[in-house]
Amino acid sequence: MAKFQLNGREVHTDGPDDTPLLWALRDDLNLKGTKFGCGIGQCGACTVHVNGQAVRSCLTPVSVADGGKVTTIEGLDPHGAHPLQTAWIEAQAPQCGYCQSGQIMQAAALLQATPHPTDAEIEAAMNGNLCRCMAYVRIKKAIKIAAKTSGGAKPVTKKSSGARA
Amino acid sequence: MTRPSDCTIASRRQFLIAAGAVSATFGFAAVGEASVVLGSYTGAPAFEPTIWYSIDRSGIVTVNIIRAEMGQHVGTAIARIVADELEADWEKVRIVHVDSDPKWGLMVTGGSWSLWQSYPLMSQAGAAGRTALIAAGAKLLGVDPKACTARKGAVISGKHSVSYGDIIAKGNLKTGFTEAELKALPIKPVTERRMIGRDVQAKDIPQKTNGSGIYGLDATAPGMVYARPKIPPTRNESKVTSVDDAAAKSVPGYQGYLVLDDPSNTVPGWVVVLADSFVAANRATRLLKVEWTSGPTAQVSDADLRARADELIADPKSGSTVLNDPGVDAAFAAAKSTLSATYTTDAALHFQMEPLNALAFERNGMFEIHTGNQWQSLILPTLAKALGRPEDKIVLKTYLLGGGFGRRLNGDYAVPAALASKALGKPVKLVFTREDDTAFDSFRSPSVQLVKMAFGDGGQVTAMEHAASAGWPTEVMAPFFMPKGTNDVPYDPFAISGANHWYSVGAHRVRAISNDLANRAFRPGWLRSVGPGWTNWAVESAMDEAAHQLGVSPLAFRLKLLDGVGRNNGAADGVSAVGGAKRQAAVLARAAKLAGFGSKLPADTGIGLATTFGQERDMPTWTACAARVQVDRKTGTVKVEKLTIVTDAGIIVHPDGALAQVEGASLWGLSMALHEGATFKDGQIQQTNLGTYTPLRMKDVPDLEIEFVKSDQPPVGLGEPATTVVAPAIGNAIFAAVGARVRHLPIRPQAVLEAMKG
Repeated sequence: MAKFQLNGREVHTDGPDDTPLLWALRDDLNLKGTKFGCGIGQCGACTVHVNGQAVRSCLTPVSVADGGKVTTIEGLDPHGAHPLQTAWIEAQAPQCGYCQSGQIMQAAALLQATPHPTDAEIEAAMNGNLCRCMAYVRIKKAIKIAAKTSGGAKPVTKKSSGARA
Repeated sequence: MTRPSDCTIASRRQFLIAAGAVSATFGFAAVGEASVVLGSYTGAPAFEPTIWYSIDRSGIVTVNIIRAEMGQHVGTAIARIVADELEADWEKVRIVHVDSDPKWGLMVTGGSWSLWQSYPLMSQAGAAGRTALIAAGAKLLGVDPKACTARKGAVISGKHSVSYGDIIAKGNLKTGFTEAELKALPIKPVTERRMIGRDVQAKDIPQKTNGSGIYGLDATAPGMVYARPKIPPTRNESKVTSVDDAAAKSVPGYQGYLVLDDPSNTVPGWVVVLADSFVAANRATRLLKVEWTSGPTAQVSDADLRARADELIADPKSGSTVLNDPGVDAAFAAAKSTLSATYTTDAALHFQMEPLNALAFERNGMFEIHTGNQWQSLILPTLAKALGRPEDKIVLKTYLLGGGFGRRLNGDYAVPAALASKALGKPVKLVFTREDDTAFDSFRSPSVQLVKMAFGDGGQVTAMEHAASAGWPTEVMAPFFMPKGTNDVPYDPFAISGANHWYSVGAHRVRAISNDLANRAFRPGWLRSVGPGWTNWAVESAMDEAAHQLGVSPLAFRLKLLDGVGRNNGAADGVSAVGGAKRQAAVLARAAKLAGFGSKLPADTGIGLATTFGQERDMPTWTACAARVQVDRKTGTVKVEKLTIVTDAGIIVHPDGALAQVEGASLWGLSMALHEGATFKDGQIQQTNLGTYTPLRMKDVPDLEIEFVKSDQPPVGLGEPATTVVAPAIGNAIFAAVGARVRHLPIRPQAVLEAMKG
């Protein structure tokens, strides 16, 4: 059993401590936005934030989140209007979209740490996130748009409450 | 090349407008119906219309999309065609991706066909709706229809107008069109287009940025049992001899296992492991011990597949002659010089991001399969056989696809979920792990090709012979799709297209050869572009080799052969092929110019060219690529610096979506050229996850310059074509850079080093 704050709300899971956080989120807590891709932490589709850090939830036991804060794509911004999300739409970045929750969560952690990343920093941070549609050109473009419009990862829209990991 | 769907669409001539109480539906009457009774189709199956869109009283236009959404934004593009002709208000247009139903006719999303097939049909549907709405609106306004125009969801006459919603509410629509009227419907001139060819944000994208998009993996049902398959040692002929679940029983939540009894023989020897959660099913599957007997292919490896292909190619009687002009042998006998080269490709995996999955259960007499799928019409008969129930008692519920790329044309993964649910009497959610998915991917078959060219005086090409052997997906999964060659032997059109190219090469023979051992050892699949992904590797490498052998520029050599003469003038290949090889020459010349082909480059740097017609001769997507690479002479490492791609795809309906498709497809081409490739050993794919299978990542993306030719010709497909040009362009660029000729995909540094030795 693990207790943690999920997107700002207290939750608990009843499964074994070594249950991967990914499946606890998807199947116990019914947040399906975080995706299962490879199961070995190498595609990035399952990326969420635990205590502000981007982690691969398929390899992270739920016990790691115990007592902490978990943010998923559903909680990145209460209105889905995080600068990265609006930039993703502006750049028309997603194709099939399956990897994009993980891409956005990875990019959000990047912009937290490095508000104005260089191309090389973007590539280094994002290289672990596979996009099989190969929408890489637009993903990179969207990150740059978000960095420019937000001065980092701070939401700029009025709707946004600023809640983020 | 033939395909199934044109005939279905062509015969849906009778247009129907059925005025209902709350909405009007617009569509084509069922095949074979000569007349239509308006508004009375409900409950009368003979008049069940194929309904493409509806308009409700508030003016909301809902366009029904029968194509799977897997990254193409296909619903937006199709709805733009309807909405443009209909003069709809785009803000009021909705798209719905529909579930399977016989009324839709053939349901398939593949072959880069969606826009090409939809364009004429949806244009007519929109125009018919516009015509009917103007007639009804004019009546309401008390004016002559000729005095009215339609714009942004309203019929307008001078200062007066009436909205589509109000017209629907008053129910005064013309109730049908004869075939003659339909033919006479005015399709808008290019100058009147307001949506086609103009950018718009795709309607499917917002849900893909906030986690709300629902994919097959996200489908749930009350009381569902989770399941994971236990994959047998071979695709075919495996039989379970014993199962021991003593260790699996230690997993909390483990419920048991099922040895599947499959009347459709889709999943022979499969066992599914059942549990309260996917985590438990996954763990229990690892601990479950299963013994199998498997067929003779359990020992088959790449070398065996290659040996079989070589044996078949060496036998001039084997295979289907797709082209067999008189005079091939005489031309080779009389040739001043010849070229002969063998080109090979390794297996390539789909590796779509969302692992295969399906949720199945029976409800109200219907068996529901909740899953992402690309070819509902293909798997439904198989499901019917597996479940022992009629097709019309099975429905495939539609979801977003976490990648398709052709993997989900083969719907085999729905079968074990359905069988398990039937056996258990409960909803079953079957989820493949990545390793399960990859082990039984319907991957792109390894291929072997022998290309020969004969040259006469002055380097004139007098004959060409091309023999291509591979596992044939269409033979294994959809043999009814196979046309016959000139020798009456059926062939897989998708496994040979590309070899029947648009170059004028004198007497031309193309032999398509099914690798029967491959067909038994695994289930060959349709992978993004299918055959053109390997046939053009051979054709375009050979063109380059021929040019160098003859001492002429690879650009000039190709342009001379793309003369648009004889069967290459396009006249025999339908309305989409107007212009023929001349259009291919134009994209090639443009790409070469944009890339600076022929200009001086730094040391060990080269530009290579390749050009193809995309997928099929009657749907040519004229495509050219110039690849600029830099080769490290010490390591053999190839760095792709830039890809320049020029495409003539006729009318570009949704420009930004089209660009995205070419971006993705060209990077797929690069990935398959340098980064992918799998080995088949002892009946199994060896690279089952990202530790060993390594698709392109962000840091390896080169500069991309992509251009579309402005055209008013009918739109053709864009999902696949750019994948077909990149590998040969890279191979040819490597030769230009360091003089190393590589003839195998993927291109590994070691092969470049060896080729540099000559």
